[in-house]
Amino acid sequence: MSTIKIRVHRVEKNYTNGNGTAQTALIGINLDIMEGEFLCLVGPSGCGKTTLINLIAGFEQPSRGEITIDGQVVKDTNPKFITIFQEYSLFPWRTVQENVEYGLEAKGIPTKEREAIAQKYIQLVGLEKFANCHPPKLSGGMKQRVAIARAMAVDPDVLFMDEPFAALDPITRMKMQEEVVSLWQEKKRTFIFVTHNIDEAISLADRIVIMTPPPGRISTILTVSLKRPRGRTGRDFGLIRDRIYQEFGLKSGTPQAPDVNV
Amino acid sequence: MRRLERILLPMATFAVLLMVWQLVASSGLYADYLFPSPHQVINGVLELSLGYTLWSDLGTSLFRFLSGFLTAALIAIPLGLVLGWYNRVWTALDPLVQVLRPISPIAWLPFIGLWFGIGDLPAIVIIFLAAFYPILLSTISAVHNVDPVYLKVAQNFGSSKRDILIKVVIPAAFPHITMGLHVAIGSAWVFLVAGEMMGVRSGLGYLIVDSRNYLRTDLVLVGIVFIGIMGLLIDRVVGAAERYVKKQWGIVN
Repeated sequence: MSTIKIRVHRVEKNYTNGNGTAQTALIGINLDIMEGEFLCLVGPSGCGKTTLINLIAGFEQPSRGEITIDGQVVKDTNPKFITIFQEYSLFPWRTVQENVEYGLEAKGIPTKEREAIAQKYIQLVGLEKFANCHPPKLSGGMKQRVAIARAMAVDPDVLFMDEPFAALDPITRMKMQEEVVSLWQEKKRTFIFVTHNIDEAISLADRIVIMTPPPGRISTILTVSLKRPRGRTGRDFGLIRDRIYQEFGLKSGTPQAPDVNV
Repeated sequence: MRRLERILLPMATFAVLLMVWQLVASSGLYADYLFPSPHQVINGVLELSLGYTLWSDLGTSLFRFLSGFLTAALIAIPLGLVLGWYNRVWTALDPLVQVLRPISPIAWLPFIGLWFGIGDLPAIVIIFLAAFYPILLSTISAVHNVDPVYLKVAQNFGSSKRDILIKVVIPAAFPHITMGLHVAIGSAWVFLVAGEMMGVRSGLGYLIVDSRNYLRTDLVLVGIVFIGIMGLLIDRVVGAAERYVKKQWGIVN
């Protein structure tokens, strides 16, 4: 029996751009995110999915409406809700170990304990051999794994991931997807994942929130009940893919797929 | 092959320059004192070295330069970090800084002479003034140019503003600050001569002024050549340090 972790209520976000004209990034967003679910936000560039995730994480405030996590209104960022960004965000002057310890330092955890916790998470992402390396020496995939370790080390309730694998090559990307899923299964936290890659969303999500081009709205929410571990081929996967393509007005291989909630 | 090229090509340029210079000088087109030859310059170096004055002048100049520059860096860098980070303070001080900046240190010479008299101090002060603003402004710019993603991460993990400044902003700004020091050291070196042209009795700048008074233009050139060589060496050393820092931080140029 799942509880509602995050509630987004009638949220709107407006900006004044460089010319002084008002732009609406998001309008009429209503969304309930359940505790422990893996939710994906999918949409083309500019549909507001990054804006939405920034609002929920507390980096920005909505122009209208309200966002609550665990019933508390989100006013600012919080170490219980960690975001992993699309850009590589590791501190290059710190080693991998020191990077992963950063959040623990901020929490005031004493040195010996910090080291142990950090080591545990570095092992979890398979980078023990690189614990004393500096980020510039790591590949893109490795950097994102460290970012994940750093985020998980503070044991957050919610993990936001904003297209974290967009810069990776397709094979590394797929491997990272599998790693994220097993992390999620192990920790059972709420994961919110933004992507514009449809297959990625289907591989990862319990539910997929489909968003439209600006002004950003939620067009549909699909439930994906494929059993994990999920293949990327197979009839059911294809049906969901077709359904999503339909939403985006893309022509798919098969004739009009029926309304699926597979 | 490339490494060899990088050393040989500049050397070739210098060799050609020296040859042309010597040719023009020996051609008799100009009197010796108007256009000293390389040969005369080398003789001048020997003359000054034998009297030990050249190397002590060099040492004195370097001492004054480093004192002025390091003092400027030790004040301008922390100040720049604070001004860059606390925006309100910067907004208040910015116009004042911008008004003072375009004023060449040379314009302050009369005051410097009056306030600091003669000796090492006026020369050190000129160098200080020449280095201070470039270092201050590039440090402030370094803070403003810290990648916003680092700040977001630090904020997300709940770091205090002070912790963000010390643990994130300062290390993140370091490469840019090093770049600023590199540029500042080059432009400050140019003012060394000006700083040593009044009120001192030693140093490369003094060598130039004094030699001119005796119409020993060959010695003037000795001073000039050594100022040039020292400037080049300092630039190369600081440039190497800057490249090292950039490599460590993973900044690709």
